[in-house]
Amino acid sequence: MADQQTSLEFSRNVARAQSDADLQSALEKLQRDTRLARPVITGRLPEFEALRDRAVAIKNHTLAHLDHYLEQFETNVTEAGGHVHWCNDAAGARDTILQICRDTGAKTVGKGKSMVSEEIHLNDFLIENGLEVVETDLGEYILQLREETPSHVVMPAIHLKKEQIATTFRDHHTELDPSRPLDAPSDMTEEARIKLREKFLAADVGITGANMLIAETGSIVVVTNEGNGDLIQTLPRVHIVIAAIEKVVPRIDDALSVLRILARSATGQEITCYTTFATGSKREGDLDGPEEFHLILLDNGRTKLLEGEFRDVLCCIRCGACQSACPVYGAVGGHAYGGVYGGPIGAVLTPALDGIENAWTLPEASSFCGSCEAVCPMRIPLPRLMRRWRDIAHREKLNKAGTRRGLALWAWAAKRPKLYRAGARIALSVLRGLGGRRGSLRRAPLAGGWTAFRDLPAPEGGTFVDQWQKSRRTQVRK
Amino acid sequence: MTARDDILSRIRAATGRAADHGPPPAPEYANAALIPARATGAPAELTARFIEMATETAATIDRVDGSADVGPAIAAWLEAEGLGADIVAAPDPAMDAYRLDAAPGISIRKGAATGNDLVSVTPTLAGVAETGSLMVSATPGTPYTLNFLPETHIAVLHADRIVGGYEDAWARVRRNQETGSALPRTVTLITGPSRSSDIERTVTIGVHGPKRLHIVLVGNADGEKT
Repeated sequence: MADQQTSLEFSRNVARAQSDADLQSALEKLQRDTRLARPVITGRLPEFEALRDRAVAIKNHTLAHLDHYLEQFETNVTEAGGHVHWCNDAAGARDTILQICRDTGAKTVGKGKSMVSEEIHLNDFLIENGLEVVETDLGEYILQLREETPSHVVMPAIHLKKEQIATTFRDHHTELDPSRPLDAPSDMTEEARIKLREKFLAADVGITGANMLIAETGSIVVVTNEGNGDLIQTLPRVHIVIAAIEKVVPRIDDALSVLRILARSATGQEITCYTTFATGSKREGDLDGPEEFHLILLDNGRTKLLEGEFRDVLCCIRCGACQSACPVYGAVGGHAYGGVYGGPIGAVLTPALDGIENAWTLPEASSFCGSCEAVCPMRIPLPRLMRRWRDIAHREKLNKAGTRRGLALWAWAAKRPKLYRAGARIALSVLRGLGGRRGSLRRAPLAGGWTAFRDLPAPEGGTFVDQWQKSRRTQVRK
Repeated sequence: MTARDDILSRIRAATGRAADHGPPPAPEYANAALIPARATGAPAELTARFIEMATETAATIDRVDGSADVGPAIAAWLEAEGLGADIVAAPDPAMDAYRLDAAPGISIRKGAATGNDLVSVTPTLAGVAETGSLMVSATPGTPYTLNFLPETHIAVLHADRIVGGYEDAWARVRRNQETGSALPRTVTLITGPSRSSDIERTVTIGVHGPKRLHIVLVGNADGEKT
């Protein structure tokens, strides 16, 4: 297994990511494409901003009455012949899913792409318990063969070059002609189509996530481009859906509003190829469809978020727009974050799921440029939430002692304006002196990280406060 | 306490709601549907927009005047594309009007799709102009697998079933519900043939679902031309 990176080793992961040329070129392409596509995507739908506001209103209303909508959803699933299983945590969900598989005598499980199944580490658990588990989304299938985790919410294998994927296919599909061409993405896609077709037809159980749950009908919404989500929820005799409780929306019409911003934010499409509203099990007279329909309704820390200052993160629809837009994600990729979710959403969600003591480094990984909040279709104030986590980490003394001492010293000085200004003037002239005639410094105290890669320009023209006052005096005279 | 009780009581504690709450008031936004302008327009405009949007997603479109022309048009298209003559068709009686069995050279089986079927023919519930999507549902007459397993999916759409937005298409599903039948097991919006950009963000058409989506559009917004 490619060794798993952890959140606490973020700086080491960063160094590794930055020296990985393949990763860097993949990330550069992602960021460039995202920047170019954004105005086109949003420009084609003049109602986009209003739809974002609508989606936020829908989520806020739902979260304020979450108990009601979950109960309504449960009633309607049951009426349509389905079974709802409420689970407090990852272990509860894993056990419930295993039990359903055992009760139906299942041997093979086919999976649609599901981030929440990553969150509860479902595959390893089912495999340890003797089941064969196959991911059917192309990207997830590639990662399963490579024993890696997704590095982006909607583009799981974004970190890989096609040559690496070709090698993986040659290593695993050993029954095929070793000299077959695998140069183009279409060659590999066709090969995966053929390999996975057997799996779709043989699977006893299909497991998918859900992009939304609809209270008024008891339906689940699954969106895919590949069609794998549809095949895997139809061909096996049992369909298990795993969804976290915040996925519910009140009505079909609410889901339709969210759909208009989901794919647009995720991949730049108007809508994904397949958007399926599925309700319960096979009906009388139906020629296909699952005999059993189970829905795992998972909390796993959501109710704790609901009551506090991080509630807005429950509005997330897992589109990955914040990842594609984030300059930090663009420099290091998703794996460096260590948790299941990389990028800004991971920096907010991972401390909540894994504990701030295990992930305090992640909210530090932001310049607060605000790109994530600007593109988030649900307008989640990600920079504010990261700042809040930094504050908590600081108060719990999780960050480095040196950082805390430095901040304490600065705070002490900043509260004494005369002293602060005098100190700033001294520091200024020292730096100017060190800069000499070149006007820049090769090394500077407390700025090793900066000067390792570039010179620090020596300051010019007085401290900020001095310049401010001078310009104000000039203005008054005018 | 069951996990259900645990979760609901934590939610109620967090949101300050009592266990014996009534249903919440209808949200204020519920009375003001937010429909994009492009999902509205006269029927002929919607037909034109549907064709434009569907073509953009790499679906192909063939127009015929009336139902009786569907079978021959499909036979001719399959021949031209070199896709063989074996088709699996939805058993829905509405398909009879398309005279598939009378089409020259076509061999037809009715039922759900298997892994061996290469071409399927299905009816569609509605066409959605805003994104060029087809709405299909799983019913005894329209098995769900027909839309996904074969390499080529041929969908027959009557132009007078083209609506503006997703909401309008759902209104058709709801109308069926009023006549007493339950919501079909699935209602799906299909927008173009299946695709993936998981390998280096290169769009590749034809992953697990169909490699080709061919729409036979019957008549015009006023109905059939026959």
